Amino acid sequence: MNRILTQRLGFSLLTLVALFTVLPILVVFAYIIAKGAPAISWEFLSGFPREGMRAGGILPAIVGTFYLTLGTAIFSVPLGIAAAIYLAEYARENWLTRLIRIAIINLAGIPSVVYGLFGLGLFVFFLKFGTSLLSASLTLSIMTLPVIISASEEALRAVPQAFRTVSISLGGTRWQTIRRIVLPQALPGILTGVILGLERAAGETAPILFTGAAFFLPRLPHSPFDATMALPYHLFVISTQVPEMPFQIQYGTALVLIVFVLGMNLIATFIRSRARAKRQW
Amino acid sequence: MDKSLNWRETIITAVIKASGYSAILFVGLIFFFLLREGLPALSQVTLANLFSQRWYPIEAYYGILPLITGSLIVTLGAMLIAIPFGIGTAVFIAEIAPRWARDILKPFVELLGGLPSVVLGFLGILVLSPFLRVFLDLPTGLTALAGSLLLGGIAIPTIVSIAEDALDSVPRSYREGALAIGATRWQTIWRVTLPAARSGVLTAIMLGVGRAIGETMAVMMVTGNAPVLATRWNSLFMPARTMTATIAAEMGEVASGSTHYHVLFFIGLVLFLISLVVNVTASSVVFRQKKRAERVLS
Repeated sequence: MNRILTQRLGFSLLTLVALFTVLPILVVFAYIIAKGAPAISWEFLSGFPREGMRAGGILPAIVGTFYLTLGTAIFSVPLGIAAAIYLAEYARENWLTRLIRIAIINLAGIPSVVYGLFGLGLFVFFLKFGTSLLSASLTLSIMTLPVIISASEEALRAVPQAFRTVSISLGGTRWQTIRRIVLPQALPGILTGVILGLERAAGETAPILFTGAAFFLPRLPHSPFDATMALPYHLFVISTQVPEMPFQIQYGTALVLIVFVLGMNLIATFIRSRARAKRQW
Repeated sequence: MDKSLNWRETIITAVIKASGYSAILFVGLIFFFLLREGLPALSQVTLANLFSQRWYPIEAYYGILPLITGSLIVTLGAMLIAIPFGIGTAVFIAEIAPRWARDILKPFVELLGGLPSVVLGFLGILVLSPFLRVFLDLPTGLTALAGSLLLGGIAIPTIVSIAEDALDSVPRSYREGALAIGATRWQTIWRVTLPAARSGVLTAIMLGVGRAIGETMAVMMVTGNAPVLATRWNSLFMPARTMTATIAAEMGEVASGSTHYHVLFFIGLVLFLISLVVNVTASSVVFRQKKRAERVLS
């Protein structure tokens, strides 16, 4: 049977292809963990860089990435969820709604470095926020918005129509229905989307290059108008701009960044699977 | 109805509406600021200079052709890797793998999508490019090829994720019909499932291309940053420089308002327009597919 043989060959080939796609991912993670783990110590996580960043810790970069993620969340989460509510609960299918959808798709596709240019033009120069935590967070927020909107809209749409019908028929207004019935049901899905969006923001370098990232700061940022160090930018700096950088610190920084970002990913996956198990519909 | 309740409802509806429209506002703002800062380049630099083969801003050579060809060759190389591996993996996950393997594989590949590109660039410098230099006997491993390999890795999760969704949404009955008339599973995949998911797979590839052209950090770190016009195939084995990397590498050092500054914004404008075309095309493919599905169902 010739075609059975073809199928066997074909299946083996595709299995091999999938293996070649998945294995490098495993190798990359294992390699960074193995190389970076020896660098991790309390001093590395809680100390300031010393000797031109060739020694000491990376605390300002960790705190900076934390602030940037928080700042991004403050702007993008309320706006993104509200936009998703509009699309899922209010909007009719007309040209305006189609235009909004095309705009969201485009926002998702704009190169991250172009967001950096935009942030430089609007926030740093035009609004005079300077190279600061605020400018960088705002830039990252707009970049994160499409992820949050799409995921939240999907979560809202997944809530069965019957929930809304019952609430409205009991005399609830549209907003009461959304706030008391639809939003709580959709919350796990929304949360998952929010975390995945913020995860991307936390790992990005290009949008903050000219809007808020600092090469080196001997202290933590005090106000939203201070520039800040950040883990991804710091990794870029110490792997390309600083000669004779000890490998251990580079790998250690990469490991901390990965743990930060993938930690968020794991939390999102956890929320999603728990919500699926508990779902009443 | 209670008056205060009525008021609240009106205000909240207005806020939600405004948020809904914000996406349009932001795309408009981005376009406006790129135009505002990028268009002056056209009045300060002659078109002949702008579309020449030499990028050397210190001596006022602003030829963006080498940067465009740099982006193209790196992206092309990335697609040669990402399309077969991405689609192959998507088919494997959707059609061949047992249920349990599927539930592990897809999140796992998507995990790679969450890996910051700067981490890949970092490994590219320390591991990939020394390996390429020795393995291919090149003067330097920091080449367009190194960029292509990393970009391939970055585009694969996008392609796998969207293509797998497309394959998964092909109705069961299509496969059952093919199997019932005696086709093997392999024949069903190639002659029925993949053609039925065609537009979704195409969207996956386009968005993968979009992702690759727009990627900045990983490419900047490993391609060697040489703005040389790529004209032949072996350009892949030489240092190159993309549009995104040029902006990222040089914007920090230019004086705002200088010619160089405006030209960098002009490159940003070109990138913006490319991503606009890619995404509008990709999304219209999706819309068409939806309409066809609606026709079939009604």
